[in-house]
Amino acid sequence: MSKEDYEIVMGLEVHAELSTKTKIFCSCPTEFGGEPNTHCCPVCMAMPGTLPVLNEKVVEYAIKAGLATNCEIARNSKNDRKNYFYPDLPKAYQISQFDMPLCEKGYVEITNKNEEKKKVRLTRIHIEEDAGKLNHDDYGRGSLVDLNRAGVPLIEIVSEPDLRSAEEAEMYLRKVKSILEYIEVSDCKMQEGSLRADVNVSVRKRGQAEYGTRTEMKNMNSFRSIVRAIEYESNRQIEVLEEGGKIDQETLRWDDVSGKTFSMRDKEDAQDYRYFPDPDLALIKMSEEYIENIKKSLPELPESRKKRYIEEIGLPEYDANLITASKHLSNLFEKASEICGNYKAVSNFIMTDITKFLNEKELEPDQIPFSGEELGNLIILIDKGTISTSIAKKVLAVLFEAPEDPMKIVEKNGWLQISDEGAIKEVVLKIIEQNQQSVTDYKAGKKQALGYLVGQAMKETKGKANPGMLNKMFMEELEK
Amino acid sequence: MEITREEIMHIAKLANLKIEDSETQKYVNNMKEILNFANTVNEVDTDNIDTSIHAVETFNRFRKDEIHEFGDRDILLANAPEQENGMFKIPKVI
Repeated sequence: MSKEDYEIVMGLEVHAELSTKTKIFCSCPTEFGGEPNTHCCPVCMAMPGTLPVLNEKVVEYAIKAGLATNCEIARNSKNDRKNYFYPDLPKAYQISQFDMPLCEKGYVEITNKNEEKKKVRLTRIHIEEDAGKLNHDDYGRGSLVDLNRAGVPLIEIVSEPDLRSAEEAEMYLRKVKSILEYIEVSDCKMQEGSLRADVNVSVRKRGQAEYGTRTEMKNMNSFRSIVRAIEYESNRQIEVLEEGGKIDQETLRWDDVSGKTFSMRDKEDAQDYRYFPDPDLALIKMSEEYIENIKKSLPELPESRKKRYIEEIGLPEYDANLITASKHLSNLFEKASEICGNYKAVSNFIMTDITKFLNEKELEPDQIPFSGEELGNLIILIDKGTISTSIAKKVLAVLFEAPEDPMKIVEKNGWLQISDEGAIKEVVLKIIEQNQQSVTDYKAGKKQALGYLVGQAMKETKGKANPGMLNKMFMEELEK
Repeated sequence: MEITREEIMHIAKLANLKIEDSETQKYVNNMKEILNFANTVNEVDTDNIDTSIHAVETFNRFRKDEIHEFGDRDILLANAPEQENGMFKIPKVI
């Protein structure tokens, strides 16, 4: 049998740090970075006798996430202790939620490459606290514990095993990220670890009804590593089965450098977290009115923006999909369009030049450093003929490096488009002079020779000549 | 209520406790007594009582999302057996 005879079955556990100002159970700041152990207090350091008090924003943000992903919101909920020993967990238990999560039974809709829609079901969304960070000392003799991150609020979004390929898993994760960004409950910076995913992977022969034994992979911090890890692990499982072996249910750590998974714990240590209700925390009861108010406060979600772009602005579905996939890109599009009034031009510029730049530099849309105003002003410069489209690409490259008003960039670099008739005529005559063969070709009916001459003139002016005027003037001269 | 040596060893492992083989019988006996004591709860008639999910009935005790910095790292680290660069130093964890 071959790989194609197997189906991959996956579920994701997504952890997102909530963008509250303070931690989940104490008033320490959640800000990323900072000197070690300076965002700490006796509560998040688990000093004896301290008591946790739940941050109201954490509940609100988790419910927002639940409503935005079509979940049922619990009217009664509670916090439970999940017990395990690890040095980054000072209490030796994590306060999480066990059997009464805030949100349950939701779904997220993804659209695959063939424009087919698929609902990925969510089992639950619950709130919990993050752990601290272990560093290694200068001499490698010990580990150093920094608890700045301990107690930062997280939501864990658990999906049903509805995903069937690495591509679907990536689309699902991108969709979840985009929703959380739109409703502004998490900044979802994967590079800072504020969005992380664990993947449960199993394989089964096509047509087989029951699921195979699954493994859980941890430690993936980019879309690329998640896709690679899924491909590696599913292939590994298929190979084991093909050789007549059995899959062990285990937790694996993905190593991005070697491109392999490694076992973290063996079966004998099968997790037994001994959950029980945290007696230090009160129950959570949600009124209809409270939930209704949060529902009303939800901003426009990507699906709705997409619809608006297609129906009101007339963008193609593909473009609308790509732009609304990221709140940053969508906001950039809206602001720039508002400034320059040319939706089509902004969307085209995003779909071609900006997307190309992001792909080349392997950047995510939220790493775009320039503003919608700056992009809008760049489009205005193109529309007014102040710069050519080839110069616009250069301005874009500068905007990615050191964003400022595009006009300033143009002036500093002497990139103003040459639209002066006399200056253009001078260039045209010079190029004709230097390329007599092309002139002969053109007159003999080879019309593509014109393109070559225009190209030479562009080169001569370092891309600054107005292409429309160049074309026109070459034609005039050649037809003489 | 019966409890086995294996269960005692499992619980000890989960609790990160080291128990010598010679001690297990003692803990088996102790645990049996504890369980038997706790089992008296089972004799209570609960037919007409709602299921409780928590020891206390209070609910919605929230905090506002406002920063109050504790601001004294030295005090927080004062009892650390070892520290380095403002962090707790512990035996190496891979």
